[in-house]
Amino acid sequence: MLTLFIIIPLFGAFVIFLVGKYSKNISYFMGWIVPAFLSVLALSLVGTKETLTYQIGGWVQPLGITLVGDGLSLFFLPVINIIVFAAAVFSIPYIEKYTSKWIYFALFLVMQASMNAVVLTGDIFNLFIWIEVGGLASYALVCYKVEPEALESSFKYAVLNSVGLLFVLFGIGLLYAYTSTLNMAEIGRILHERPNLKLVGFVTVLFFTGFGLKSAIVPFHSWLPDAHSSAPSPVSALLSGVLIKSLGIYTLLRIMFNVFGFNLYISKLFIFLGLLSIITGGILAIYQKDMKRLLAYSTISQVGYIIFSFGLGTPLGMFAGFFHLVNHAAAKSLLFLTSGAVLHVTGEREMGKLGGLREKMPVTAFTSMVGSMSVSGVPPFGGFWSKLVIIIAAVQAREFLGASVAVGISIVTLAYYLKLQKNVFFGELKPVWNNIKEAPWMMCFSMILLAILCIGLGALLLPGVRAVFITPAVNVLAGGMQYCNAVLRI
Amino acid sequence: MVEYFLCMVLFCLGLYAILIKRNLIKIIIGLAIMEYAMNLFFILLGYKKGATVPIFSSLTEPHPEVMVDPVAQAMVVANVVIGLAVTFILVIIAILIYEKYGTFDIRDVNKLKG
Amino acid sequence: MTVIVKTVTRYTDVLILMFGMYFIFNGHLTHGGGFVGGIIVALSFIHVMLAFGKEVALKRVTERIIKLCVGLGAISFLLIGIIGFTKGAFLYNFFRKPGVDYIGEPFSLFSSGIMPLMNVAICLAVASGFYAIFIALVVYKIGKRR
Repeated sequence: MLTLFIIIPLFGAFVIFLVGKYSKNISYFMGWIVPAFLSVLALSLVGTKETLTYQIGGWVQPLGITLVGDGLSLFFLPVINIIVFAAAVFSIPYIEKYTSKWIYFALFLVMQASMNAVVLTGDIFNLFIWIEVGGLASYALVCYKVEPEALESSFKYAVLNSVGLLFVLFGIGLLYAYTSTLNMAEIGRILHERPNLKLVGFVTVLFFTGFGLKSAIVPFHSWLPDAHSSAPSPVSALLSGVLIKSLGIYTLLRIMFNVFGFNLYISKLFIFLGLLSIITGGILAIYQKDMKRLLAYSTISQVGYIIFSFGLGTPLGMFAGFFHLVNHAAAKSLLFLTSGAVLHVTGEREMGKLGGLREKMPVTAFTSMVGSMSVSGVPPFGGFWSKLVIIIAAVQAREFLGASVAVGISIVTLAYYLKLQKNVFFGELKPVWNNIKEAPWMMCFSMILLAILCIGLGALLLPGVRAVFITPAVNVLAGGMQYCNAVLRI
Repeated sequence: MVEYFLCMVLFCLGLYAILIKRNLIKIIIGLAIMEYAMNLFFILLGYKKGATVPIFSSLTEPHPEVMVDPVAQAMVVANVVIGLAVTFILVIIAILIYEKYGTFDIRDVNKLKG
Repeated sequence: MTVIVKTVTRYTDVLILMFGMYFIFNGHLTHGGGFVGGIIVALSFIHVMLAFGKEVALKRVTERIIKLCVGLGAISFLLIGIIGFTKGAFLYNFFRKPGVDYIGEPFSLFSSGIMPLMNVAICLAVASGFYAIFIALVVYKIGKRR
């Protein structure tokens, strides 16, 4: 059952690659039916209580590759698949202007397969391979329209990510030399029996460099504004919404909490880097004149909130982290999709040249307002509840500096989102844009779907819903070493 | 012990090439040198003194205890494949950049600022 | 290229191709396997293209055949895995009979289940992919600037 998440997108990608050049309908059909089927499958797996494992090839436990579906993995799967479905439906009318459309959908499905596989695998070298595959698909998708800025940003993105992943490979080599196994549960068990503080400290720093570069934490964030603003809009929505969280934050959580064990140094690193990201992303976003670059800097800031919240170490902090992750994934993808709709209709990305589009594009304006209010933390949208719980958890853990920084930058976030809304949608309609129409119906469908998710995600705070979706993930992280026992006994 | 030290020197030379050099092609070559250093590191991890090739020549000869580690060699093959694919994409992007900007110098390839 | 290079190429490209195929088919016994053998098979085609020029090289093995081979190699790898999926686990070696330790004769060429089939699939995908990228870099003309 767990392998279906990896096999089906890869199979769809290869079929599109073979026959897509001759028949356009097959590539469009596979492009949206595969994410739809997988989101239904992921939602059906949500409430399982025990840890699902699967051995690839039938090989026994420490020798072969294990696929592990515990609370943390099964939490990420619906998030990834639903947002990929929305972005795939959005991109069907969006890429009408470009040539060789079948390559776009093939790379899209490969990216979805790699994100699913990163979340599900239990073997550390397999994790590295799937991160590289997902990265390769995204390097090619970022420079899909061959414009000068897209090529330059894709080159920078590719070189920086490759260097970061080489540091991760160095860390994997050191871990393999010490424990002589590649299974993550087995590594955790052996590190618990014979601890070695120098090795684990050095490997922690290497992993923070590599995976922090993948998840855009502040000293390693410089590829993100260029890459996310030059990509085609549905790809930006995917990159900023789920790729950072699935390839970056998930791997950090899995390795730091379940394999190494959470101690004081890791907590301090998380809190310090999280606060740095919040401040840097928030302040640099005010000066931007380009719509998508502002959204990209806002992503850095919100990822800082998530990392800070996980670094607190308390169960309330972990709950707040997961809640903010889901809210940000839905809202940021929605914001990138609306900016893509504006770009598709008007062809302009700078906020100074737009204005007053609210009369001509009502659906886009309404959903963009929903997304902005959700990220800034205005009730009753989902983002308000998650930011409230982050600040409560920070005060409970006696991080008063962190809580005050979170509140202050939240006001700054509201400021630049209001600037985005005023310059793009409100104000006077310039005479250049007098005869533009609303976006095509497929784009409106995905935007409305994500807007409903943004409004409804506040319901995750209710105890009944929370126990099904988020509490298993919190239990996996809070349990720490019990991940090893749960995987190895089965 | 000297081999590990020289392997790290190779890694740092590759990092120096990526950071300091201004030509796009030299940056790609620096990335390739770093990949070679990591592959060398993995092969050095699996080595045992006086051991032989991990291939059975009959059902009992040689004993598995006098073989070098084959898992490290499998990891090297996978890493080589990935390095090949990344180098392909980087070279193709470099050619397209030359076509659009007219130069390989990274000081002139900077349209995105701020 | 000069006459000496062309004459020698006529003999050596078949030898390189056979060496590559030997590497692939003995992948489960000694060194080798799909990826290395695939690169050597692609090298034989590149050898012909370097010596004779791209029109001669593209006349028999056209670009459509190469793109077909890339897709075929990848899909057959996945299909063999899915056949194993229906008989046990994904990528399960379905030639295995329960109770017997070895599949076929030890150290013989036609043994060990799905591994030679996977090696051939990987060779097809890797060789045609490598050759396709080489053709793309050769055929592409740098257009006008800016």
